[in-house]
Amino acid sequence: MNEAKTMKTTGQTREVWRRLKRNRAAVIGGLIVFLFFFVAILAPVISPYPPNEGDLTKRLKPPCREHPLGTDPLGRDQLSRVIYGARISLQIQVVAVLIALVIGTLLGMVGGYYGGKFDNLIMRLMDILLAFPGIFLAISIIAVLGPGLTNLMLAAGIYSIPQFARIVRGSILSLKEKEFVEAARAVGENDFNILFRYLLPNSMAPMIIQTTLRMATVLLTASGLSFLGLGVQPPTPEWGAMLSTARAYMITAPHVATAPGLAIMLVVMGFNLFGDGLRDSLDPRLRD
Amino acid sequence: MDNPLLNVKHLKKYFPVARGWRKEKTFVRAVDGVDFVIRQGETLGLVGESGCGKTTVGRLILKLIEPSDGKILFEGKDLAHLDKKGIRPLRRAFQIIFQDPFASLNPRMTVSEIVGRPMEIHGLVERSQRDEKVCQLLQSVGLMKAHLSRYPHEFSGGQRQRIGIARALATEPRLIVADEPTSALDVSVQAQILNLMKQLQRELGLTYLFISHNISVIRHISDRVAVMYLGKVVEMAQKKALFQSPVHPYTKALLAAVPSLDPKRKRVEVILEGDVPSPINPPSGCRFHTRCRYVLPKCLEEDPFFHQVEGDRWVACHLYSS
Repeated sequence: MNEAKTMKTTGQTREVWRRLKRNRAAVIGGLIVFLFFFVAILAPVISPYPPNEGDLTKRLKPPCREHPLGTDPLGRDQLSRVIYGARISLQIQVVAVLIALVIGTLLGMVGGYYGGKFDNLIMRLMDILLAFPGIFLAISIIAVLGPGLTNLMLAAGIYSIPQFARIVRGSILSLKEKEFVEAARAVGENDFNILFRYLLPNSMAPMIIQTTLRMATVLLTASGLSFLGLGVQPPTPEWGAMLSTARAYMITAPHVATAPGLAIMLVVMGFNLFGDGLRDSLDPRLRD
Repeated sequence: MDNPLLNVKHLKKYFPVARGWRKEKTFVRAVDGVDFVIRQGETLGLVGESGCGKTTVGRLILKLIEPSDGKILFEGKDLAHLDKKGIRPLRRAFQIIFQDPFASLNPRMTVSEIVGRPMEIHGLVERSQRDEKVCQLLQSVGLMKAHLSRYPHEFSGGQRQRIGIARALATEPRLIVADEPTSALDVSVQAQILNLMKQLQRELGLTYLFISHNISVIRHISDRVAVMYLGKVVEMAQKKALFQSPVHPYTKALLAAVPSLDPKRKRVEVILEGDVPSPINPPSGCRFHTRCRYVLPKCLEEDPFFHQVEGDRWVACHLYSS
């Protein structure tokens, strides 16, 4: 809450906002992200049909007036399922990224601040996690925990931990040498307060960027796992699972795969564009 | 020496450096046996060129870094061997003003938090009265009540330095280490800050350790001056005595290098040859012997003691040992 107040009143934030608005790609990305949140939250209000009730007499209908995106092999309205899919996706993204953000940030803070053997241990563990291809690591975690929505969120969260740990550690490493941290020590601040009142608030920019970009990666991984049957199980309208069902009808009814596929692509692109734009405006020196 | 507030004895700080791929253990001898005393209410100027260890001395006294050896007696209590927890309640009594006012204030805190935190930590003020206390402090350093809720980036360099001073005063300290507090500021602002520091010293009875490489600043503010060269104090005396009749060859060379405003005044040409030797591998004997004009055979082998030569003058040089 304190942080929100800070963000609002500082001139830096206004400057970031101004730069962000001038970046067309970031604005488009931001709009897509906003639309995605809007649709996810208002799914029950805006979807024309219940997502799991089908009319078997209307199987695999191409797009028409009653069903703008057609129907699936069980005669369910594709539009409604894609809309409800946004909910599931958002839920997975938020929970998974939150897990990674909290654990990764804590590990990175402790490692970066105290250094030494403990830091070495943490970062080598992170290196091990990073050595696996993301999806492979997530599959291994699912293999241990078993498939399902909760485990999917856990898997996607765990494999995102190293990114946050590294970024926060790097930022803490450079910040802790600054004079204002020395000043804090000189007035008698304890380590906990130095970490949470001085170091963390000043590492917010890279964390915000990473959070946005990770939302995209997590969505890709989650729908990939669901496509493989390791994540969310049918009949839950998850985009990856919907693609999986549609695979058998690729030739006869391509519209069934198109809708969830496009949704995944759009949202991933939206988060990536927005995240890149945020990076450019939060740290102009990083722009290439 | 009467009434010492701070007594530093044989203070040493060696920073380890790993050299080469076999990682031989070598050390940078940043501070290598420093002795001095600061009396209640005075300003001791610590002067020396870049890299001579003067900033390290300041950090050591505040226990921001751990000394390798030696004693730091603050009001008779040895700080050198206290651990993090032991030192925390004592921190109230000694504070620091930093060189770079743009790096020394947390960009995410308001002025009222920056100046108020030290009071809260040491339990000097109730939360509800914090802003009032901070406000009084701000006024005493020449800032206004309206500045309370602003962030550091909204201020100029001089104003930021005033905030830094207010923070240092917040715990009502007795000793303030000022680490080049004016070298990052414009000349006109430098004078304002120096005069503010002098005024605060008079009003609050503060004691300063004033670290600087700028001799005219040192001359303006100090009561006594200590000159450092390559990790050691080579001469320490009353300001007047030191500037009028320096005895150590290094002090002579240092003062001779200061340009004079009077074109008629003849300058004694003392030009030092060569560079400062590396603190990783300092010269044997007297550390200044590689550049000294009066070098004696003894200087190459024996490190001169830092001893009292007359009244209040201390020097480390074989020329003056009896």
